[in-house]
This record gives sequence, structure tokens and C-alpha cells, in this order.
Amino acid sequence: MYTSVTNRRSFIKKMAIMSAMTAAATMFPGVMFASEQEQKLPKGGNLDWKKAPCRFCGVGCGVLVGIEEGKAVAVKGDPKSSVNKGLCCVKGYHSVMAMYGKDRLTKALVKKNGKYVETSMKEALDLIASKMKETIKDHGKDSVSIYGSGQWTIPDGYVASKLFKGCIGTNNVEANARLCMASAVTGFLTSFGIDEPMGCYEDIDHADVFVLWGNNMAEMHPVLFSRMLDQRLKRGVKIIDFATRTTRTSMAADKSILFLPQTDLAVANAICYEIIKNGWVNKSFVEKHCNIKKGITNMGYGLEDKYKFTDKPEEISFEQYKEFLEDYSPEKVEKISGISAKDIKYMASYYGDPNKKIMSLWCMGPNQHTRGTWINNLIYNIHLLTGKISTPGNSPFSLTGQPSACGTVREVGTLTHKLPHGVVMNKKHRELAAKIWDVPVENIDPKPTYHTVEMFRALDRGDIKFMWIQVTNPMVTMPKLKRYRDATKKEGRFIVVSDIYPTPTTDIADVILPSAMWVEREGMYGNSERRTQYFEQMVNPPGEAMSDTWQLIEVAKRMGFEKQFYYKEETHIEEIYNEYRRHHEGKKHAMAPLEVLKSQPGAQWPYVDGKSTQWRFNAKYDPACSNGEEFHFYGKKDGKAIIWQRPYEPAPEEPDTEYPYWLCTGRVIEHWHTGSMTRRIPVLHKAMPHGYVELNPNDAKRMQIKTGDNVRLTTRRGEMILPAAVNERGVPAPMQVFVPFFDENMLINDLTLDAFCPISKQPDYKKCAVKAEKA
Amino acid sequence: MPIKSYLAHPHNGQKETLIQELSALKNCEVIPAENKEVLIVVTDTDSKAEEDIIKEQLEAITSLKLLAMVSGFNTPIKN
Ligand code: SF4
Repeated sequence: MYTSVTNRRSFIKKMAIMSAMTAAATMFPGVMFASEQEQKLPKGGNLDWKKAPCRFCGVGCGVLVGIEEGKAVAVKGDPKSSVNKGLCCVKGYHSVMAMYGKDRLTKALVKKNGKYVETSMKEALDLIASKMKETIKDHGKDSVSIYGSGQWTIPDGYVASKLFKGCIGTNNVEANARLCMASAVTGFLTSFGIDEPMGCYEDIDHADVFVLWGNNMAEMHPVLFSRMLDQRLKRGVKIIDFATRTTRTSMAADKSILFLPQTDLAVANAICYEIIKNGWVNKSFVEKHCNIKKGITNMGYGLEDKYKFTDKPEEISFEQYKEFLEDYSPEKVEKISGISAKDIKYMASYYGDPNKKIMSLWCMGPNQHTRGTWINNLIYNIHLLTGKISTPGNSPFSLTGQPSACGTVREVGTLTHKLPHGVVMNKKHRELAAKIWDVPVENIDPKPTYHTVEMFRALDRGDIKFMWIQVTNPMVTMPKLKRYRDATKKEGRFIVVSDIYPTPTTDIADVILPSAMWVEREGMYGNSERRTQYFEQMVNPPGEAMSDTWQLIEVAKRMGFEKQFYYKEETHIEEIYNEYRRHHEGKKHAMAPLEVLKSQPGAQWPYVDGKSTQWRFNAKYDPACSNGEEFHFYGKKDGKAIIWQRPYEPAPEEPDTEYPYWLCTGRVIEHWHTGSMTRRIPVLHKAMPHGYVELNPNDAKRMQIKTGDNVRLTTRRGEMILPAAVNERGVPAPMQVFVPFFDENMLINDLTLDAFCPISKQPDYKKCAVKAEKA
Repeated sequence: MPIKSYLAHPHNGQKETLIQELSALKNCEVIPAENKEVLIVVTDTDSKAEEDIIKEQLEAITSLKLLAMVSGFNTPIKN
């Protein structure tokens, strides 16, 4: 087709302007440009725009990808998407560039005599299948494993689970979401009996107050944060940042409250104490819809191999709970938390005010926590005591980090104990899965095997011999990394890695498979607000790169499971999704039909009678409510949510004289997790080229350290040298340091501790003791 | 045919100077934000050499604190 060069140039120029405007909107919420410029936004051009969910975080923005001559060349926010209403953040804008890094993996590589040799995909898949069969024959079914990710599409995770749990018969299926979302899951299951938030992003448009619990939303959930700031401009809402470090979020908030690591447990209890003391309890709500329970305390921290824990819940009375909270008066908690009683009362007063709608938002702070399940429970307690839940604007909202941590890991159930519907321990759930998977029910093992940390420990011990890793980079992200890196190199281990670029994880592989990325294949993601979004294949993957779904299907067929993996190449995604939907039939979790997902920017489950459900457990919005009351917490048999009595307990490793600082790790806005994709996007790499250690300015001054100076960090696991950042993007509290984990040349996880929450088994990357000194 | 857009951040209190200095450059369009200390800069050049020159000119501006590229489109001419 002929296009005039002038038109084309002006179109492209307008696109460039629009990208910049939207990037500015992310960085400067509320920024305005002359309206006359906005009207010049491109309308034509010869780009073919196709819709997809963004793949760079759990917000799940709807984007439009501009395709030209078989190449994805531009991205804009989808104005039809209720998630982002046309907005995007810097990562979203540059997402297509992540597909075109110079060193994309395009051929299968097999390690022969210590060197990688290019082979055909066919040969590599043959080798994987035969190696798996041989390992199972020699060492049993539990010697093979798969480790996936919250970036797996729904079909990827589904076929992985079907192959390993249904066909091979091992529960050695885990995903990196164990490292980021497991405490959220166990928080939901213990408090409500069913996973995922009851509310939705539209809560932002109704709430009067937002309390961010250890959640740097300005960098991690930028589009949602922009929506909150927009509400502040329009309606004067209040944003309270409750965190351990001063970040861009704290700077934009109305109030920043800093607490000492781990003491969020005590502060949450103090808020409940205040709610009860001041008569702010919504008595009829609590009486009708809640039970109160306590569990085992002093659970330990999972530091030893083969650690096991099972909670023993026990019903308690409101009076007993009230008595327990006596230890958590604001005045008492002030002493351990480092925040004033006045600030605790300030937060409690918003939760208690019946005229204020309130949202609590959190992500890694409460989840990567050795008492992660507890702190999730405690935040729910606050909302349950006041009845501020499941109504527009009253919403405890656990955010996800990855594009399909919810959709794939939590809903498909790619964790050792899970099935697409329910858990392996439940006979009925096994029967349903076996029926849909067309396998004998005895194939599905009723016993979960290893959670992520334990799976890598099993690899180290030799209990696991074969591991297939897809779309994730554990050789950067595992805590106490050295032990697990050494494990992979041991004799008799066989590691397969499917990825799009070389990473420290492909470095330890015996076979590397080139994967198709995002819109190079067809798939679906599920975001933080239960929204499932579909994307079609828009461009061809490079070389022999293949989707993770199809890699698994090819291996499954070679292992003799043709009957279960009957899918046709042209229609397999549709066939898999339709099969998957059968696991979730019913009003509590029904998924939208594929045609619906194709026609609109996603749909929220439960999708019943042609409608998404925005607020669960509220009879006005949720057709699954059936108790005749206003609310119905139907995840629990008696329809009641649980208020949990959970105490404050210290972290496993606290600063002492030898290691006097707290070490906290985390992310930055420019990079997606370990940076394997975003560090190949020149603009983002230039904006954030390498790791660093943030120090408190007073600590830095005392040690005579300036930005850029080398700092040596030492923990009981190892030491490393990083450049200092003082008064830069984030400012840690005194005697705390922060290091981002995106830089594979500065592997901070060599220093972190592999302690985890005994209930969720999610490691705590936010707290260990470290020594910091000028190098 | 490179077209690039940037976010330009002025030094404190120097937004107006930066607007003027940028507007004086050939092949460079400036769109200042109305309410924040940031400007959008779009460069539209015919060749890599021109692009390099303008990049140098931009970097020499003293009222400019930081220049962050947002998008770079290299448009092939098609018939
Ligand atoms: S906020 Fe998340 S989903 Fe939205 S554009 Fe940015 S990275 Fe993508």
C-alpha cells in the first residue's frame, strides 16, 4: 500500500509525542500539555493496531500494539481498557522493544563436553523427553520437576500442570509466584477460604483514603498510582504511605509513616486495638459474617531442610481476642515499631470513621515476610472489624507483581499443592481434574511435594535430578543464591531452560530452548483484579523459537501422552482454554468464553450470565452469594470470614553488633524483575544502568560515603561491593540499606537469607542483617 | 529518518530558558508541560549525522538537567 511520506512522518511524529506525553503522565501524575497538542494525536497511519494485555506487571494494562510489516513497532494504552484508560508507564511503552534485542535466542542449544552446540528444536525436544523418561525410570516420578512463572500464559501453566501432575503423576510443579504471591494466597485462603481480591481497580474511584502497606506503587504499579493521584486532584482523597523506606511513593503521598522492619504486625494489631477501644467495630457485620480464630505461634522460619509446619486453628471469643490486643495499645507498639502512638491513632481513625471509604493496598512488603500469611490476615482483620470490605471503595487489595501470577499460578494452580480447581489433597478435586485431563485418578498424587525453596534444596540434595525452568530466572532471584547455584552444577543433575535471552539461569542449563515471547504467540494472562485478557499472535517468533505451551506439548507427546495432548497446532490455545474453563464451572469462578475475551479488554471472573463480577461476596454484585444476607463469604463452609489472632514475632535475623544494618531488596520502575528483557531496551538500560546500594544520608555521612563510592556489604552468606546511592531515588531509614535485584552482575541474592513464612513458604527478601562499610 | 521524543527536565527555575534554548534549535520541536517542570522534545532529522549533531547541541544546553529518550522511530521510506 502506498503511503505518502509526509503523512507517514507526521503520523510517526505524533506517535512519538504521544509516547512522551504518556511517559510524562506516569512520572508526573496530573501533568498537562496544551490541549491543542493532544488533539494532534495520531488517527491514521498504516500501522495495524491490535489489543493485548501488557506483559510487564500485574496491573495488566490494556495496550494496543502497532504492527508494521511483521514487526511490532509501537505501543499505546488502550483507551477502551478500564484498567488503564489509555495510560501506560515507561515499561509498557517500550515493551515491544524487548522482543528485538540483538542476542535473542533463536536456536536450541545443547551442552556437549562443556560447550553449547546448536541443534534443531526436534532433536532438543527428543533429548528432553528421553532424559525425563530415563530419570523417572531410574529415580522415580518425583525426581523430575518443572519450575515456571507468573509470566507463564494460562495455557503454558495449564499444560505444565496436566503433564506433570496428571500424566507423570508428580506434584513437583512450582512457579516463581511462590517468591512473590504465596503469602497473599494463604492470606486469602485462611481469612476467606477462596483466593484473590474481592474488589477491583474501580475501588480507586470510590475510596476516600488509601493506605499503602509497604508498597512502592509509584514505581511498581505506576498506572494504578496515577489513577489514585488523579482522584486526589478531582476529589481530594488522602494517600498514606506506610513503609520502611522513603520512596517516590512516600514523596507523592499526603503522609509518610516509617516503621521498623517486621513491626507492621504489631501496628496492624494496634489499629485493631484502637478500633475496638473507640467503639468503631461494625458489630452486626462481625456477628453475622465473621468467626474469630487463633493458630500456632512461634512457628520457626523454615531455615532447615525438610522443615514442616501445619497450623492448628482454634476458635476464640471476641472477649479473648480483645484481651490479646491489650498488648498492642498504640503506646506499647510505639516502643517497638518506631512510629508514634499518634500516627497509629491517625491511621486507625481513618479505618474507624464510618463515613470514610478506605482501601488498603499491598504487594511485596507484606508478602515477602516470614510472617507473610499473618500480616495479610491482620490487614483483613481491620477491614472485617469495621465491615469495610466488598463494597465499592472499601477494599483490602492485594496487588500482584507479574502479568499472570493470578491468571496462571493461582487460578491454573501451578504450585505443588494445587490443581486448577482446588488442591491435590482433596479427593473430589483430584477426581474432577482426572476426569477433565483424561487420566486415571490414581495418577494424581494426594501429597504435595516441594515448595520452591525446598525444591531447589531437593535438587541440591539429589532428590530431584531433572528440572525444567520456563520464563523465569532463579539464578538471580533465589534467596541465599550460592547454595542453589552450586546445586545445579552437581553431577547427575539435568537442567532445561526455556527463555528468550541468555541469563545466569541459561548459563546452568544442559539444554536451552528458545521461547516465543508475548505477542509472538497466542495466549492469555490474568491480572490482579481477576481480569483474564487474551492476546493473539501478532508477529512471528525469531528463528526456531517456540511458545512454552507448544514445547511442553511436544515433549508430552514424545513421552507417550498423545491422548491427553490431542491439541492441534493451529487451534491448541483455544482447545486448551476451553478445556481449562471446565475446571472452573459454577458461579464462584466461571471464566468468560474465549469469544468474549477476544472482543473486549478482558473479563473478570466469576463471569456469570454474560457479566463480570466486580465485587465478590456482596449479594448486590456477586451472583454466587446465596445466604440471603447482604454479604456471603462463601469460600468458607459456614459462609463466614475469619478474624485471626496473630501476634507480633521478630524476624529470624535481626541486626546485631557484627551485622548492624537491615538489608532490604526490591525493584525499580525501569526494569522488569531481573532485567533480562528491560536491560536490552537501550532507553531503560541507560536510565538505570546498574545496581546500587541506597544508604541513609546520616549513615553515609558518618562513614564518609558519597554517591558513587564503593560500599562493601557483608552478611553471613557472603559479601559484595556496590556503588552507593545517597539521597537519590529512595532513602532508607537510619541503619537500613536497600539494594535492587535487577542487575545480574551484582547478585544481591548471594547475600539474602532463605527464611520463609511457615504457612505460605514464601521467602522474605526484605529483612536480614548486613554489615555496610566503605570499600 | 530518525524521529525521537524525549522528556527534558530543566534545572530549578530554568524552564523558560530551556524552552527558549530548545526552540532555537533546528529540527527540534518543544512542547512544555503547563503545570510541571518537564518538556517534551521531538527531534526530526534526515540522517544519522544530523541526528548526532542535534544530540550534541542538546547535551550542551546548560539549563537542561536531564534528557530521557522516550521513543525512537526510524522510519524507512516506502513507496
Ligand atoms: S503499569 Fe504495568 S501493566 Fe501497566 S503499562 Fe506499566 S508495566 Fe505495563
